[in-house]
Amino acid sequence: MTVPTVAREERPAPATDGDRPTVLDVRGLWKVFGQRAGRVVGTSLATLDRAELKRTTGCVAAVRDVSFSVRRGEVFVVMGLSGSGKSTLVRCLNRLIEPTAGQVLLDGEDVLGYAGKRLRELRRHRFGMVFQHFGLLPHRRVLDNVAFGLEIRGVKKADRMARAQEVLELVGLAGFEGSYPDQLSGGMQQRVGLARALAVDPEVLFFDEPFSALDPLIRREMQNEVIRLHHEVGKTMIFITHDLSEALKLGDRILIMRDGALVQMGTPDEVVGAPADDYVRDFVSDVPRSDVLTLRWIMRDATPDDPLDGPELGADTVIRDAVRTVLSAQRPVKVVRDGDLLGVVTAVEVLEVIAGAGGQS
Amino acid sequence: MAATRKYGPRVLALVTGAGLLLSGCGGAKVGESQAASDGKGGCGTVNLAINPWVGYEANAAVIAYVAEKNLGCTVVKKDLKEEVAWQGFGTGEVDAIVENWGHDDLKKKYMDEQKTAVSGGVTGNKGVIGWFVPPWMAEKYPDITDWKNLNKYADLFKTSESGGKGQLLDGDPSFVTNDEALVKNLDLNFKVVYAGSEAALITAFRQAEKTKTPLLGYFYDPQWFMSEVKLVKVNLPEYTEGCDADAEKIACDYPVYDLDKIVSKKFAGSGSPAYQLIKNFTWTNDDQNLVAKYISEDKMSPEDAAAKWVNDNPGKVKAWLPSS
Amino acid sequence: MVAVSAPVTRRLPSRSYITGAVLLAWIALWVFLNGRDTLPLGGAQLTPLHTRFGEGADVIDANRDSNPVFLYFVNYIRLFIDATVTSVQALISRPSFGRPVPLAGWLGVTGVATAIAYLYGNRKVAVLTAAGFVSFGLLGLWEESMDTLALTLTAVALSLAVGIPLGVWAGLSDRFNRIVTPVLDFMQTMPTFVYLAPLTLFFLIGPASATAATMIYAIPPAIRLTAHGIRQTPPATLEAAEALGVTGGQALRKVRLPLAKQTIVVGINQTIMAALSMATIAALIDAPGLGKTVLKALQTLDVGTAFNAGLAIVIMAIVLDRVTSAASRRVEIAHRTGRSGRRRLRRVETAVTAVVAVVLVYLSYTYVWAAEFPAGADVGSYVRRGADAASGWAQETLVAYTNGLKNAITYALLNPFEALLAHSPWWLVAVVAVALALLLAGVRASITAAVGCVLLVALGLWHDSMVTLATTLVATLLVMVLGVVLGVWMGRSDRVDRILRPVLDAGQTMPAFVYLVPILGLFGATRFTAIIAAVVFAAPVSVKLVAEGIRGVPHTAVEAATAGGASTWQLISKVQLPMARAGITLAASQGLIYVLSMVVVGGLVGAGALGYDVVAGFSQYQLRGKGLAAGLAIVVLGIVLDRIMRAAAARAGGSSATR
Repeated sequence: MTVPTVAREERPAPATDGDRPTVLDVRGLWKVFGQRAGRVVGTSLATLDRAELKRTTGCVAAVRDVSFSVRRGEVFVVMGLSGSGKSTLVRCLNRLIEPTAGQVLLDGEDVLGYAGKRLRELRRHRFGMVFQHFGLLPHRRVLDNVAFGLEIRGVKKADRMARAQEVLELVGLAGFEGSYPDQLSGGMQQRVGLARALAVDPEVLFFDEPFSALDPLIRREMQNEVIRLHHEVGKTMIFITHDLSEALKLGDRILIMRDGALVQMGTPDEVVGAPADDYVRDFVSDVPRSDVLTLRWIMRDATPDDPLDGPELGADTVIRDAVRTVLSAQRPVKVVRDGDLLGVVTAVEVLEVIAGAGGQS
Repeated sequence: MAATRKYGPRVLALVTGAGLLLSGCGGAKVGESQAASDGKGGCGTVNLAINPWVGYEANAAVIAYVAEKNLGCTVVKKDLKEEVAWQGFGTGEVDAIVENWGHDDLKKKYMDEQKTAVSGGVTGNKGVIGWFVPPWMAEKYPDITDWKNLNKYADLFKTSESGGKGQLLDGDPSFVTNDEALVKNLDLNFKVVYAGSEAALITAFRQAEKTKTPLLGYFYDPQWFMSEVKLVKVNLPEYTEGCDADAEKIACDYPVYDLDKIVSKKFAGSGSPAYQLIKNFTWTNDDQNLVAKYISEDKMSPEDAAAKWVNDNPGKVKAWLPSS
Repeated sequence: MVAVSAPVTRRLPSRSYITGAVLLAWIALWVFLNGRDTLPLGGAQLTPLHTRFGEGADVIDANRDSNPVFLYFVNYIRLFIDATVTSVQALISRPSFGRPVPLAGWLGVTGVATAIAYLYGNRKVAVLTAAGFVSFGLLGLWEESMDTLALTLTAVALSLAVGIPLGVWAGLSDRFNRIVTPVLDFMQTMPTFVYLAPLTLFFLIGPASATAATMIYAIPPAIRLTAHGIRQTPPATLEAAEALGVTGGQALRKVRLPLAKQTIVVGINQTIMAALSMATIAALIDAPGLGKTVLKALQTLDVGTAFNAGLAIVIMAIVLDRVTSAASRRVEIAHRTGRSGRRRLRRVETAVTAVVAVVLVYLSYTYVWAAEFPAGADVGSYVRRGADAASGWAQETLVAYTNGLKNAITYALLNPFEALLAHSPWWLVAVVAVALALLLAGVRASITAAVGCVLLVALGLWHDSMVTLATTLVATLLVMVLGVVLGVWMGRSDRVDRILRPVLDAGQTMPAFVYLVPILGLFGATRFTAIIAAVVFAAPVSVKLVAEGIRGVPHTAVEAATAGGASTWQLISKVQLPMARAGITLAASQGLIYVLSMVVVGGLVGAGALGYDVVAGFSQYQLRGKGLAAGLAIVVLGIVLDRIMRAAAARAGGSSATR
């Protein structure tokens, strides 16, 4: 498994805490399936693990007390194996599935209180979603499919067609307006799905394993497409996947779920560099660490013996990109941030990572 | 049977046509659109029920022909089974039934209880119901026409349906039969098998005569098939008044029916000349069989068959016409 | 592929041993108990329940003019339907508006029908339509055919107006679907004869009653298939629409209905077929049209005339079937052909076709030759004579062989089976039925069986029910034998399909009354004749469904087996039949329902039992309650057998069985 880094450089610099406002704030979210599910949350039952809960109450807790917040313009990835509750989680956010307990604050307002028209308005204007199985309307042309969201919003025909055309060009489907979905390949169909979600110009885009059904080459192409679009339109995106490499490639931050609960949340290098438990560690064990970790994770403090006249590299430089510099330098490489010296890196540390030994914090 | 029904409002409503009681509320009413006959001297429309057998069709065709040609009526024929036709008296959709076989239960309901129908007199035809064998059997086994000898021949009548006994083929579902009781009470080694339709009975007799296979079955006369194959009646113990009073204990033959006509009460009171015609109509079994033969064997349309007979029998027709 | 059936065979032994033991115990007990507690009821005997049922009808009769439901509801419906039928008749079949002929004559009607077939179907069905309509005239039955068409179209239009909305509702609401399903089962299995007379109390004699009777039989497929189509909407598509914020109405109009369109058209097709199949029976309450001709001919055993009219019904059925099928295929392929480029051309085509049709209508409005079908071209008399001759020949020459066949099946199969069912004590049969249902189909089915047995006893018709059941099961068996043999043949060869299909269509739509006389001549008034009538009617459906199933077997599976060196026989028995199990199950359950719907016709040709009870109840006033009870018993038999078969199939087929 390799982690392609083709487009990483093109992306906006990772957001740091505080410099962007929070768009979506999820607090203590629960989803319990089963009869009288409401009695589970807030009682001692909530502490039982999944199997135990199923045995005693017949209920299944798909999402257990998950909290996180997403900042404007961020790509937030929720990752987990199938059955981990990630798809349920994202459906709780736009209420395709009704959460059992918790809060989903959009710009500070709890959307769980919305009903009827307000909920529809929320979905029509502020959220967009892309699905694993596309969910296109086979009886409509591509252009009509893209315009569908605008149509149900009541946008005039000429306006919505113009907008749909614009978005189709954005996703690279110009020329296919008159085709029907089943005349397109899977990847192209998903571009239609993407265009449909973008057409309504939502504030937040949800992706539910959008590329799982595509073959690997197309999948990579579509991932790059998402990165490009994110670059161009700068939407806040919540992206569900079971594919770690996809998560690492796309995510500004990654939330890892297991059995409905949050296991770890952090930037890709945090997840790889500091797995929260054995589950995550096992998960990331195959990842070529030099492709994800930055120098910050392998630098050591400078000792008085170190000559400090070597080259300088930023602390956020990915190891792989630093290899050539470090190995060709005769002296330790200085790791700096904002001009401050944080530590040094030598061939020893780099080679340890590449050889797969050590490197953890 | 539901003796508590209230007839008052309905009869009143029907008779007045407008239905004072109800139309005031604006409801659409049964009978409103089907005024039977206007009853003001002219003839107007006559609704004749056509029950599904050819003999009936013959009666109706002749009456309709005379009513249209001689009286200037408009005759509407409605193809209906008996039970539905009787219902039509109440709803105003049927004015007359021109050949009725008994049906004491219907008479009780519509004449005595609902009072929507009244008798229109006899047709002159005699209805004979009973057990018959094809002519070749009567010839070959002359004593078979006595019921006492039936057990002797029971083996001849065995079929795949009769479970080891002789078969007695019953069956036009329109006729009430006492045959199960008769077989039991006369101690006959036979089983009643329901053919289920007139077509089935006729086909069975036709095949029996053609292939000389034995058959004992329920049949009746007048019936057009009798002119094709003259079935021979098996004599059961003679009918006496009241011998059929207890259906369970019946051990005697069917009575001879005087076939009659039934008309709706409204029609009878309308003063229509067509009512007079129907009331006066009588003819013989031979007359009916002739017209029935025109229709069934000569494949004439009922209208043509009626025209032919009427032209051949002006005297009989004249006697039916209203005296005015 | 062969492994598909492996889990079944592995599971079977223990259960089949118990099943065998149950059957053996039944036969053993039968030897001792034969003839006891069989609950027979004589032809003219009634139970108190039957008397009470009979009185129910009188209540309607008594309240018809005083009850507000009638005054403000039923009567208006009747007036509305009557007016609709009459105006369609004025248009195409009856002299109207002071004219000696209808508004549109044969040329106009043929022109319009052909234009519709062309615009909604294709060129081929347009030619078929033109030929079909002209043949009505050639057979000498133009007016009768148009009467039948008028009644059928009105009934179909009203059925769809009621059925599609209800179908949508049933598709959206599980609860409504649960309520409506048994009602539809009831409507489809309750013999028409039972409600024909009471209907005339509601809607009087005439078009309204005939239309209502037709609708009762024709609405269920419209509701079922609409609901099925609505239900089939892919969840992913629906979810996507929901995420975009559709309202319930938008989801229905823009997503569910367009996606269900093709299934709904199939429902329309079936509704038309069902409506047409009522044409003859509705003639018993004065419904105008071809049915009357058939019934009149039956009175004089005039096979030729009956066949001539029956042929017209078959032609009408085939034309309507092909046109609606072509229309549904057009819906399917409409979006695949690059429509946009041809839109202009299409518009021109539509305009030209419409103009031609209008001109033809005008001609037929104005000129006598275009209004009344020329009398000179009389094909009808040839058809009549031909059919008469064929029927006569068959009755004379075939009767020796047919008697042998009849006796073989009656003595070897039917009689023993009937003896076992009808001559065992009722409680023994009930126990066996419940046990078998439990073994083969599970707890729920066994409860259904138990309730069914209790109901049959309560209806007072246990013995008759068992006789009918025996006949029904034997007929279904024959239907399935034919269904599998012909269905496999047809499914494997397109040429056989092309040849066989019109024959099957004819079997399905030719009114039974037409061939009653010839088969009576061949087989006599016997239960076997009833079985033949049922097989003629029911086998086509089963054959078609089996063929459909065979054709539905994935090509790759056949390819893999062929590549593995399977012989034709192995291919059929080990790959195609096992994989078409869903289709075969459906064929069996539909075959059974169709056989049951012929029970009444069976009663007309010597099957006796429930069928005769229903017919007699229709014909004799004092037996009307018993007729109703017999109708209910048929419904009970139908629902119980259907549920058991479905559950058994689902169990045997694991999750792969449909429905």
